[in-house]
Amino acid sequence: MPKLTVDGVEVEVPAGATVLQAIEATGKEVPRFCYHDRLSIAGNCRMCLVEIKPGPPKPAASCAMPAGENMEVFTNSPMVEHARKGVMEMLLINHPLDCPICDQGGECDLQDQAMSYGGGESRYEEMKRAVPDKYMGPLVKTIMTRCIHCTRCVRFIDEIAGVPAIGALGRGGATEISTLEAGIDSELSGNIIDLCPVGALTSRPYEFVARPWELTKTESIDVMDAVGSNIRVDARGPEVLRVLPRLNEDVNEEWISDKTRFAIDGLKRQRLDTPYVRGADGRLKPTSWQAALNVVAEKLKATSPEKVAVIAGDQVDAEAMFAAKSLFEGMGVQSIDCRQDGMKIVPGTPRGGYILNEGLLGIESADRLLLIGADPRREAAVFGARIRKRWLQGGFKVGVIGKIGEQTYPTDTVTMDTAADFLAGASNSMVIVGAGALARVDGAAVLAHARSIATVNDEWCGFGVLHTAASRVAGLDLSFLPGPSGRDVNGIFEGVKSGDVETVFLLGADEIDPQDVKGAFVIYQGAVGDVGAGMADVILPGAAYTEKDGTYVNTEGRAQRAFRAVFPPGEAREDWSIFRALSEVMGAKLPFDDLANLRVQMIEKVPVLGAIDEQNRGEWGDFGQTGPISDEPFISAVQNFYMTCAVSRASPTMAKCVQEFLAVTNKEQDKAHA
Amino acid sequence: MSGIEIAPDHLQPSSFAFTEENLAKAKSTIAKYPERKQQSAVMPLLDLAQRQNGGWVPRAAIEYIADMLEMPSIRVWEVATFYTMYFLAPKGKTKVHVCTTTPCWLRGSDDVVKACKESLGIGMGETTSDGAFSLHEVECAGACVNAPVVQINDDYYEDLNYESTKRLLEAFKAGEPPKPGPLSERRGSEPAKA
Repeated sequence: MPKLTVDGVEVEVPAGATVLQAIEATGKEVPRFCYHDRLSIAGNCRMCLVEIKPGPPKPAASCAMPAGENMEVFTNSPMVEHARKGVMEMLLINHPLDCPICDQGGECDLQDQAMSYGGGESRYEEMKRAVPDKYMGPLVKTIMTRCIHCTRCVRFIDEIAGVPAIGALGRGGATEISTLEAGIDSELSGNIIDLCPVGALTSRPYEFVARPWELTKTESIDVMDAVGSNIRVDARGPEVLRVLPRLNEDVNEEWISDKTRFAIDGLKRQRLDTPYVRGADGRLKPTSWQAALNVVAEKLKATSPEKVAVIAGDQVDAEAMFAAKSLFEGMGVQSIDCRQDGMKIVPGTPRGGYILNEGLLGIESADRLLLIGADPRREAAVFGARIRKRWLQGGFKVGVIGKIGEQTYPTDTVTMDTAADFLAGASNSMVIVGAGALARVDGAAVLAHARSIATVNDEWCGFGVLHTAASRVAGLDLSFLPGPSGRDVNGIFEGVKSGDVETVFLLGADEIDPQDVKGAFVIYQGAVGDVGAGMADVILPGAAYTEKDGTYVNTEGRAQRAFRAVFPPGEAREDWSIFRALSEVMGAKLPFDDLANLRVQMIEKVPVLGAIDEQNRGEWGDFGQTGPISDEPFISAVQNFYMTCAVSRASPTMAKCVQEFLAVTNKEQDKAHA
Repeated sequence: MSGIEIAPDHLQPSSFAFTEENLAKAKSTIAKYPERKQQSAVMPLLDLAQRQNGGWVPRAAIEYIADMLEMPSIRVWEVATFYTMYFLAPKGKTKVHVCTTTPCWLRGSDDVVKACKESLGIGMGETTSDGAFSLHEVECAGACVNAPVVQINDDYYEDLNYESTKRLLEAFKAGEPPKPGPLSERRGSEPAKA
């Protein structure tokens, strides 16, 4: 624990800390470009120079200098001031003066730091260098003349994303950052845009769209996967323009996946902005709320409750599910389900049986990991990066049962029979079951088997489920599941076929084959016109995740609150309020008039939904059902990372990514087969 | 400051593999490094590939070496583009590398450069029309004690001035290269006579 002084202030830092960290510990800021606390130290921008005594009479790079006992550090001496000004002048020699047309303008580290250390005018009379722009795929736009060679992007892609695609070619003043003209095939590539301290790497979809000071910033939660990444939604007027990550060490650190960041242009397409009712001619016709709700109420009243079914989709907030459940259970409907993929987590399963008990952070304390049909890289990209982080620390092995895509760390092939052997000898092993494995017919047997091999004791609960649906854990917490005589999703489809189910209410459920509900009267409530709306007889336009306050519970059981960034388009309404309105038309008014009131009642019934940002192990008990497990290999629930929901399917950016990254893979596969 | 010159597609061979002899050399080079540190062999292997391929490293060779050393190909690209002794496009049969870093420059490398340009009739980075010579500017060649210095293919010629450089290149043109080392009275790097 070295003790040192920073500008006369004494500070004690852990052994191995750098001078820069010691300075930050005193609350002072150190200008920097290349240093980033989650990346390896490069020490090449020289902006963090400080004066250190005792030592050679020259400035030292504080990011790469270990803090030593009795060091005296000066951050504002004339030497430091002079040195930093020199570094800034050097960096600006080849940096174009194009801030007015640069997308980074207003949130640029170089711009900001030039305000403090930049000279008023350039003394440089030689030619400035110009670098041809590089192609890095449909997400990252490059203006390479602006690059200051900090190599943050190179280090991020190599170390955290685990896809070594970017390199620094050449040397000295001729250095160029390049991917050799290939797109960056990583689910996390968008993060290099945030990391780039200048405007060399910017967001292609956000190109010339807005200036940071025009934006309304709303802190919210992502629903593209079940990680519950903390995000900031930047909007101008009615439009969500971009999504940026927010720091949450326990959930997403400071990264988000490319789908989280870029799928938002899907929110502007195919939106349901007014109620529709299918007319006698078979066409959907726009109508008023009153008319649509009347049609729904009449239909529901005319159908006996056992012939009504409700299915909730993958991005529904807990409040909407609570309102729906209250309404339909009040009517006596038993066939309600939040597992549109047919996941075999049955009513009565203790919470420990369907969450990632040790949390996303828990993987960092594990020494062995067994993935059963789970593909973290594509199902929960940020969590995949955390597994890689654990692997990089050493003493960690990952086994995989099933056919999943390539991960960013080496994996061993394991079978159900050898699973116990694979875990033997580990002290903190973790078994993670994927949503794909649980959705199979033998899902309950898989669950039971995983439970039997998982290490569970007082200190450690090495069992977890990796969900892919943002709404799933909240749905299970709320028991948005069939009642004693109710049907599950597959039962509902059978019922539709046999005529025992007449009316199906789809709450944002889009991962359903239209053939399965053909013949039933379908009511769809949701935000985007996708599969669900296409087969509906009545459409009730709901709000998308950026347009409402809501509670989401991520795969580790952490309840988090999302906030409204913009208003829903047109006539669309927040989902809970639609059920409240419908209940009034039905003549059985739900007992809450506003969201706060609803939340009080919801939390009273399900207290975990009120434990905001808390993560705990779930209750443990019996779950799953032992039985035969088919030899068919497990496959991931996510086959196309870029398109997993109505919003991402409507997104032109995601379509470009599919074209760029997945179409190529298909071509290669065809070649391999031929 | 020139960008990285990579041979156009029509010059790039579709595949590359070491000859049997070179493969044995590559294997013995790799064996010099500890197990799982085989990536350390990247520089000797690139050099081997360049010699086998007539003085330049094709794209296929970079991929081949990356595979052989189990490293991402971009890491091999970084090495191959960083060092001035690797060429990614065909150059002259005889490569003249002139050091122009400070010590050589102080000792008259400007004259050496001038002599080279005049003698060969080409500029920096260019190749003579017959493909015999190409001229390259390099950073410190590590022979400052005998500055200024020129590296021609694998040999160093030292203590040069305008005249001796001209004579040196004429000798190369005539196919009679002199003995490498100082082209002055000095032996090795002994103190210069007063």
